[in-house]
Amino acid sequence: MNAQALTGGFTEAPLQAAIGFRALLTALSRPGTVMTLTGAQPVAPLSVAAGVAALVLLDQTTPLHLAGAHDCPALRDWITFHTGAPLVAAEAAMVAIGTWDALMPVSRFAIGTAEYPDRAATLIVEMPGLATEGAMLRGPGIDGTARLSLPEIATFRANRALFPLGFDAFFTHGDRLAGLPRSTSVEG
Amino acid sequence: MSSLSDPVRQKALGLLARAMPERLAALFPDLPDHALLRGPEVGAVMVRGRQGGTGAPFNLGEMTVARCSVRLACGTVGHAWVQGRDRGHARRAAVLDALLQTDRRAVLEGAVLATLETEETARRDGRARKAAATKVEFFTLVRGEDA
Amino acid sequence: MYVAVKGGERAIDNAHAFLAEERRGDPAVPELSVAQIRQQMALAVNRVMAEGSLYDPDLAALAIKQARGDLIEAIFLIRAYRTTLPRFGASNPIDTGRMAAVRRVSATYKDLPGGQVLGPTFDYTHRLIDFALAAEGLTPPAPEAAPLGPVPRVTGFLDREGLIEAEPASDTTPPDLTREPMELPANRALRLQALTRGDEGFILSLAYSSQRGYGRTHPFVGELRIGEVAVEVDIPELGFAVEIGEITVTECETVNQFHGSKTQPPQFTRGYGLVFGQTERKAISMSLVDRALRWEELGEDNTGAPVQDPEFVLMHADNIQATGFLEHIKLPHYVDFQSELELVRALRVNSEASE
Repeated sequence: MNAQALTGGFTEAPLQAAIGFRALLTALSRPGTVMTLTGAQPVAPLSVAAGVAALVLLDQTTPLHLAGAHDCPALRDWITFHTGAPLVAAEAAMVAIGTWDALMPVSRFAIGTAEYPDRAATLIVEMPGLATEGAMLRGPGIDGTARLSLPEIATFRANRALFPLGFDAFFTHGDRLAGLPRSTSVEG
Repeated sequence: MSSLSDPVRQKALGLLARAMPERLAALFPDLPDHALLRGPEVGAVMVRGRQGGTGAPFNLGEMTVARCSVRLACGTVGHAWVQGRDRGHARRAAVLDALLQTDRRAVLEGAVLATLETEETARRDGRARKAAATKVEFFTLVRGEDA
Repeated sequence: MYVAVKGGERAIDNAHAFLAEERRGDPAVPELSVAQIRQQMALAVNRVMAEGSLYDPDLAALAIKQARGDLIEAIFLIRAYRTTLPRFGASNPIDTGRMAAVRRVSATYKDLPGGQVLGPTFDYTHRLIDFALAAEGLTPPAPEAAPLGPVPRVTGFLDREGLIEAEPASDTTPPDLTREPMELPANRALRLQALTRGDEGFILSLAYSSQRGYGRTHPFVGELRIGEVAVEVDIPELGFAVEIGEITVTECETVNQFHGSKTQPPQFTRGYGLVFGQTERKAISMSLVDRALRWEELGEDNTGAPVQDPEFVLMHADNIQATGFLEHIKLPHYVDFQSELELVRALRVNSEASE
């Protein structure tokens, strides 16, 4: 295993994991809110925010799909050493990481079942930028409306129509992260 | 960088893992400078068995495990996974795994590994000898109709 | 109906203090150490590890001390503790064929390679209370003899003749009931996991019921072995497997009569028990229940016996689930009962009025 893969994990795991988890929870329960995450120094091309999300969310029991350029030996090793998550194809993934283009078509990902809506994928979308502008969001956790620079609209509208099934998404850029649960309505 | 073949390193890691933590600490008390790459941390490993002893796997239950990964000042990396909840044991074993890949290998093999192996063999042999003494020796009795 | 109420904090604190004092008992009597429990109450420790589903003798001994010797309470403590541990991975399946056996007996073959090794067993004790144990004293060391060689698997003899159903190896990842809720029908791997951590008394009674005729399977103990096996894990950062330690397990293989079915010739079939620690009664019971639950795949008749009903067996085997649901009924149900009281009163008024 590459020496670089062995560094960049949490240095104080209990504290950093708790803070990171709280930030992910806030991002997902307050769609359109941008959080700042620190504590991980992942290998390229993973962003710091996606790295923290990976350390917080992944373990042996969360199959991960690395899409596109993220599916490289250095990142595979980093993920394996620090989280132990099995690397799988898109269809079997509980979590997927990649750029929006690499993740498409998102119809490949699990949306849960009527008995177990929680058996759905969470997508971590690496973005060229992240701002509270663009698409208009409505729904649980939003006081009126909020805005977020989503990569597109139609896919998220279709995903909302599947509720209570559907995937959930995080958007990451550098050390910043926002969340979009399947319960949020998206308009242009 | 590794001067150890996998089977040699594998055997050393097994000995270090099975050693009593306090015995290992007595044999190798002072750890050189090292950076912690991961852990030491305590967790569980799911132990699997096989149906009928030889068939498909099933989950038997978990066991506690401590693990640690370290890097020495010279850059050599060591890893250890050891049974139990003793973080110090995992850390010491990881440092030793790293040192065994350096030029201190010969010294440590003599001072630590050989001692552990001798003591382990003696312990196992003692149990095996007591078990052997409980082996049943059957005597065939003379049957009436043969007389 | 559940209604939140407040109060009782002081009573609870004082109850805990009283519990702590009762746990310690008379301070004039020396306190038990965890090491003493681990060493001298080893079979209790083994049961707590097996049903707690976590191999850690020191932790199990501490749990027994904390639980005042209530083994189900100790198992509860272990189950709660294990939920706090991150899962680092799964071992390669242990190779019980390479066990360093301290006990190995067969009820089917007298003369078998490796021999009948009794080990530290109660079997031939007279079950007379040994009053000498009431006094402290040194136990003389057990006799020794030249170590025996490897002990081949008894079912292997039958296997070579094709007289017993094959048990082909595979590397399928087994389902894990501690991660996914158990769903029926459960495959054999899932059933074995549920049985090995199931309550010893429940599994024993089910096995006994099958012996008495409720789902009879005509078992012989082909082999019972107890000893240490190595646990090996593939370490991703190393790229090879390493022994991370050794555990004691008890393995029981039963050989059962089978008259054949439409698809299979007459041959012997197998029941399997594998349990953490020296836990012989549990391992034998497990192998009987495992075999009884296999009636459907072997094309046998369902006689309606409890031991043949996977839902009955698997959903009631776990003593922590059972005790949780059972014991909760002693906790306050004031509001539920109040509504029942009113209902009964109303019904009585109605029935009196109609007379």
